This record gives sequence, C-alpha cells and structure tokens, in this order.
Amino acid sequence: MAELTPKERMAIGRHEMPVQDEKVRAGNFDEVALGYSQETAIREAERCLQCKKPQCVEGCPVGVRIPQFIKALREGKMAEAVKEMKAKNNLPAICGRVCPQESQCEGRCILGKKSKPVAIGRLERFVGDFELTQRTCPLVRAKSTGKKVAIVGSGPAGLTCAVDMGREGHSVTIFESLHVAGGVLVYGIPEFRLPKRVVHAEIDYAMDCLGIEIKTDYVIGRTLTLKDILEEFDAIFIGSGAGLPMFLRVPGINLNGVMSANEFLTRVNLMMGYLFPEYDTPVKIGKKVAVIGAGNVAMDAARCSLRLQTMQSGGHNPGEVHIVYRRSRQEVPARDEEVHHAEEEGIIFDFLTNPVEILGDDKGAVRGMRCVKMQLAEPDASGRRKPVPIEGSEFDMELDTVIVALGTSPNPLVFVDAAELQRTKHGTVIADPITGKTTVDKVWAGGDVVTGAATVISAMGAGKRAAADMHKFLSA
Amino acid sequence: MSEFGKGYRILKKEILSDVTKLMIIEAPQVAKKAQAGQFIIIKIDSKGERIPLTIADYDREAGTITLIFQEVGKSTIHLGTLNEGDTVDTFVGPLGHPTEIKNYGTVMCVGGGVGIAPIYPIARALKEAGNEVISIIGARNKSLLFWEDKMRAASDELIVCTDDGSYGRKCLVTDPLKEIIGGGKKVAQVWAIGPAIMMKFVTLATRPLNVPTIVSLNTIMIDGTGMCGGCRVPLKEGAQFVCVDGPEFDGHAVEWDSLLGRLQFYRDEEKIAADRFKHECNLDKAMRRQ
Ligand SMILES: Cc1cc2nc3c(=O)[nH]c(=O)nc-3n(C[C@H](O)[C@H](O)[C@H](O)COP(=O)(O)OP(=O)(O)OC[C@H]3O[C@@H](n4cnc5c(N)ncnc54)[C@H](O)[C@@H]3O)c2cc1C
Ligand code: FES
Repeated sequence: MAELTPKERMAIGRHEMPVQDEKVRAGNFDEVALGYSQETAIREAERCLQCKKPQCVEGCPVGVRIPQFIKALREGKMAEAVKEMKAKNNLPAICGRVCPQESQCEGRCILGKKSKPVAIGRLERFVGDFELTQRTCPLVRAKSTGKKVAIVGSGPAGLTCAVDMGREGHSVTIFESLHVAGGVLVYGIPEFRLPKRVVHAEIDYAMDCLGIEIKTDYVIGRTLTLKDILEEFDAIFIGSGAGLPMFLRVPGINLNGVMSANEFLTRVNLMMGYLFPEYDTPVKIGKKVAVIGAGNVAMDAARCSLRLQTMQSGGHNPGEVHIVYRRSRQEVPARDEEVHHAEEEGIIFDFLTNPVEILGDDKGAVRGMRCVKMQLAEPDASGRRKPVPIEGSEFDMELDTVIVALGTSPNPLVFVDAAELQRTKHGTVIADPITGKTTVDKVWAGGDVVTGAATVISAMGAGKRAAADMHKFLSA
Repeated sequence: MSEFGKGYRILKKEILSDVTKLMIIEAPQVAKKAQAGQFIIIKIDSKGERIPLTIADYDREAGTITLIFQEVGKSTIHLGTLNEGDTVDTFVGPLGHPTEIKNYGTVMCVGGGVGIAPIYPIARALKEAGNEVISIIGARNKSLLFWEDKMRAASDELIVCTDDGSYGRKCLVTDPLKEIIGGGKKVAQVWAIGPAIMMKFVTLATRPLNVPTIVSLNTIMIDGTGMCGGCRVPLKEGAQFVCVDGPEFDGHAVEWDSLLGRLQFYRDEEKIAADRFKHECNLDKAMRRQ
C-alpha cells in the first residue's frame, strides 16, 4: 500500500472493538472484547501519525515504544512489532486488556484533540495475542551469574522483576502463597475481561524461556520468613500486593450475605465458583445485590454478580445489581470501558449514595441497607469535591447480598519477623521511588505493596526498575 | 484428579472410626515450621476447594504432617477415599498463630469429636512445659472416640465421656468440666476444641468462674492468609480473621450466635456437593462392577 498522507490517516475513524452481544454475555463468563482482526489492526495502525515527539510514550508508565511497534505492525512486520513491544513490556496481552489507556497513552494521543485517539491498547493486545501463539521473540537468558534471587508474590510486579532478573542470567525463584501464579490477574480480574489462559500462557512462556522456578503454596511469614530467605538468596524482591480487604465500618457487617469483593471474586475467579458444583467452591448470589464502591474491583464484582444471577436463573435474569457510590459519575475511578460495559449489561448505578447500616432479618441474613443521599461540596485545596450527607435523606434499599469493594491495603503477613523493614502508617513498604530499595539490605519492593492498590502497569514498572537496581547491586 | 508426580503424597492412612480418618502427608516445608495450634489448607485436585484442617501432629525429621478429619462434606469425604501413595494438589501452611505454651499451673484440655485431634498436641506441649494437665475427651458415641491412649499419656488425668454412654461416662464434656472448676480446683486456663456448639457451652460453663478459656475456631476459609475475610469471626470488640488473627481466641469474647449463623451460610451448597460426590462414587463403583 502506498504511504498515506497525514490527512488521509486522520480521515480514518477509530475502529470499534468487536464485542460479545450484551444480552448473551450477561449469561456467560467468556471474554467480552473479542479482539481486532489482522485487517482491522493494520487499518487502525494506519491512523498513527508517527509523531516526532510522541506524547503517548510519555503517558505510558513503562515507556512502551508505541510509534515503533505500530509502524512495524502496519508494515506487516509482526516479529518486529513484538520485539519493539517486549523491549519495554513483558506482558502485552495482559496490559492491552486491562490498562486504563484513556488516562495513559491514549489520553495523550494527539489525534484525541480533534477526533479519537489511536486505539493503542487494542493494538497492544493484538501484538500480545499474536506472540502468545507464534512465539517469535523468545526471551533469552544471559550466561548464568550464579546469583540467587527470590521474588515474593507472582503478580505483575513480581513476574516482571523475575523476568528481567532471569534475562540477566540470575537464578530466580518466585514464592507464591496461592496455588496458582498471577496475583490479582488470576484471583481478582474476571475471565470475561482477562481470560486465565492468557495469563497462564504469558507466565508459562516467560518461565520456559528463562528457567524461573515458581514455588506455589509458600506463604512468606509462615512457611518461610524473609529472614529464612535471606540466608539462602542474594537478593529479594517483595511484590506481595495489597490483598487485605477493608470492611465498611457500619452496623450489620457480619450478617450472612455480606462479603468483601476479594472473597466474592476469589470464589468466582480463582476457585471457578461460577462452575459449581462441577468445581467444589460454591458462591452464593442473591436476587438483589449491592456492590459498594466504583473502582475496577466494584465493576468486576457487579458484572460477576449479574452473570451469576443470569446463569442461576437459567437465562432470564429477574434480579438487580446496584453499584452504590458516594460520589458522582465524574469521579468514578474504574476504567471507562468497564463502566460502559457495565451500563450496557444493565448494572444500576446509585451515585451520591452512602450506606449507613446493613439491615438483617431474624435469621442473621441481610434484608436491606439503609443509605443516605450525598452531595458534593465545593472543591477543597486538592481540587477534590468531598461528598457530604444530605440531612434527613435516609432511605432503605431492599437487598439480600452486599459486596464491599472499598479498597485494600498490604497484607502484613509477609512482614512477620521483619520489624526492621520500615512501613508507612498505611502499612505500605517504604521504598525508594526509583530503585525500589527498602530500608533492609538486599531487599527491594514494588507494586501495590509499596503504592497501595494501583494498576497492573505501574506494578510492572516498579518490578522493572527494581530489577535494574538489583542487577546493578548483584553485578558490583 | 491430581496429576502424576505433582503434589503432596499421602504416606499413611488409618481409619480411626467409620467417619474419622488419619492421614500422614509429606510436606517438609510445612513440618519444619509447624507448631501446636496451627492449621494447614488443603486442596485435593484442580477442581477442589481449599479447606482448613488443624495440624494433629508433625514430624520435622520425617517432614510429615498428621491430619485427622471427620467426613462431613464433599472435600473430607473425597479425601477419605484417597489412599497411601496418592497425592493432593495443594497443601499450605503452617497457618495461624501457634498456641501460647508456657507453665500456667493447672490447665484443662477439652476435646470434642474430631477436636480430640488438635487438642492432643496442645495437651502434650502443655505437659512438657510443666503444667498439670487435666483432659476431657468426648464424642457422641464410642465409635467416634480415638486417641484415648495418646491423650492419657499427655495428661495427668483424663476423663472420657460419650453422649449415649456407650463408653466412659454418659455425659457431655461440660459436666466433668463444671465439677472440676466448680469443685474448688484452681484452674489457670482451659482449652476447648470441638464443634462450635460444644465450644460455646464450654465458655458458658467457665465464664461464671472467670476461668480464661481458649477456643480454636474452624470457620469457612478460602486463602487462609487474610485476603478474603470470609473467615471473619464476630468478637465483642469487632470482627477478626480466624486464619491470621486466630485460630485461637478468647472464648468469652466470641459472639457465638452470630458465628454459628455464619457457619450455616453455605449449608445448602455443601449438601449439593456432598450428594453429587457420593452419587459419582456410586456410579464409579457400579461401572467397576460391570
Ligand atoms: C478485581 C480487580 C480488578 C482490577 N482491575 C484492574 C484493571 O483493569 N487495570 C489495572 O491496571 N489494574 C487493575 N487492578 C489493580 C491491579 O490488579 C493491581 O494494581 C496489580 O495486580 C498489582 O500488582 P502486584 O504485583 O503489586 O500485586 P498482586 O497482583 O496483588 O500480586 C501479589 C501476589 O503476592 C502474593 N502474596 C501476598 N502475600 C504473600 C506472602 N506472604 N507470601 C507469598 N505470596 C504472597 C499474592 O497471593 C499475589 O499473588 C485490579 C485489581 C483488582 C483486585
Ligand atoms: S480465609 Fe480468607 S481471610 Fe481468612
């Protein structure tokens, strides 16, 4: 094809992502976004103007070489596109699916000013998926250094650090407390958004190439302590995430039918509860569900609830799922695409609503929730508009299930016997923002355990930066 | 089913009663750290659920953990069908806090039903620490009792009872308990492990006399590491997580009725799963007969 002029490129509209029909998908756990075909991907890639000073790269927490991979892609040089991608991002099939592109790369795309940004995330996914089946660009392990590196936690932070350390020729062991590797990618984010096969394939591919050992069923702090590990290893990276659920401080929180989003999502995703009784772990969902919160976790919990209701009612869902959020639509922290999909699927959004009490029946089960209406105050110094209750606006919602998705903090278990490792009052590890170095010799940390609940890509970025510093330390 | 060569091997299986089985499982990394009072989480195969079982004994040299379980739900029934040489997919631990062992003076250890298993290493450790240990073990009937000899060896005095009188004294474990603490014997602390309802009544018996009472709770769990909150127990001062804050708690602080309610939450599903498994086993047997 002849080179297009910028004008011609700008005339091409952004390509919609093909998706499963909203009625059909509300009754299954299959992936919603189906992925671009090769033609669509190339056509979308043609939209990129190849800016001299690409803003998109600035917006990416790991600095993916976006114009380069897009150029290779539209020229049909897939192996090269993969190589450009993998230079900065080890897990493109995952990031392409879950990154908040609208506030990162795509949010900076120059095309977005006049029309719509290049669909960088969808192209990233296309390249990532291609590589999962084609394996054109295997990771290569440098000559063995004889150094031993331990990684605690197999989420995006730990995996990224493990891969980079493995590439440098260090011998890497990952300790993971659950029975499968992947962290939030396997226990939190549902199948319909990030299929497990994608996560397993990305992990297996990297582990195969680099000979990394993953020891599942190892709870650090119990099975081994950080001290035990330090006796055997030359360096440690802690990427244990922020897995401790926060519960609402209102009466009624111990009623039957109230659970944390972590419990609900773990039952559904990690334990495959939606396939009970073929799988042993049950998950109970009521006819009227409220999910409290409006982050990605809340959207996932709400959309899983809806699917379970539909499956359990044999197709036609007579139930309701509400998102109860104390701020307004503008402040919703979840990814745009998820909110959009949730709305399409029929999730009811109750904005400016705050729970004050969960109401129980005489059997100790949830029967409802008392809420109060909120309004947003004038912006404070930080520009955030604080929600304040409207006096006398209490009302009761009739419910049988309440799922609490109000955030998480780092699980302190890993720090048993590690008092020297300094943490903030929020329980996050104190680490150098560039290198990830903690206050203890030979110990680095990164991802949600340092930042509190954040994003996949920022956890990966932290894993990468720490790996660079750890390698420097081990080579000295 | 477990893949060949992967997992944790069952080295020994013993049938303690119709519904109570003992298994010794190879898990050196767990055995190395295990202490009385802690538990493990086990998952049989790729479709299995994660269930907590208390550590009944451990052998650091052999790298093994002893489990004793009653076949009450799908997973324990399934586990009971496995044999020596078989493996389970997941075996994590040791989890929870160990029992605080020291010389208290005179202590009592009360084990009900399958709770006899976890109370044993506690009694033994307390005796080794110099305590006078008075133990009571009980069950619904004789066939559900086990480890009387071990408990006798670990105690200065042992009282055995059954609900139906088929062995030992015909009474509930709380009767001899009340007699002893009510009879003026200075008891520094009581440990009680068994069905939640038994533990509730033990705490009701010891409360009027202000005898500190430790119970070991066995709630529904998933991860066992503080990640889900599914195991939370309502205490007077707020909820705590059994898997990381327990499994032992001050029995007088537990909101028993709320806890008993939470334990029932998945009862219907548990029955569906157990019935389905039994049905499959019967089909299996029928197939093999053909
Ligand atoms: C439901 C949900 C949806 C989300 N959606 C998105 C999204 O769409 N986009 C996005 O960018 N981000 C999303 N996030 C956030 C993102 O998943 C996290 O920020 C990211 O996974 C953090 O990575 P991590 O490696 O730091 O930790 P994690 O992914 O949490 O991994 C930590 C790992 O450490 C293990 N571990 C913990 N303690 C121990 C221990 N003591 N011993 C051994 N192992 C231990 C854990 O089991 C876990 O496997 C979502 C989060 C959730 C919960
Ligand atoms: S079992 Fe999940 S927090 Fe205790």
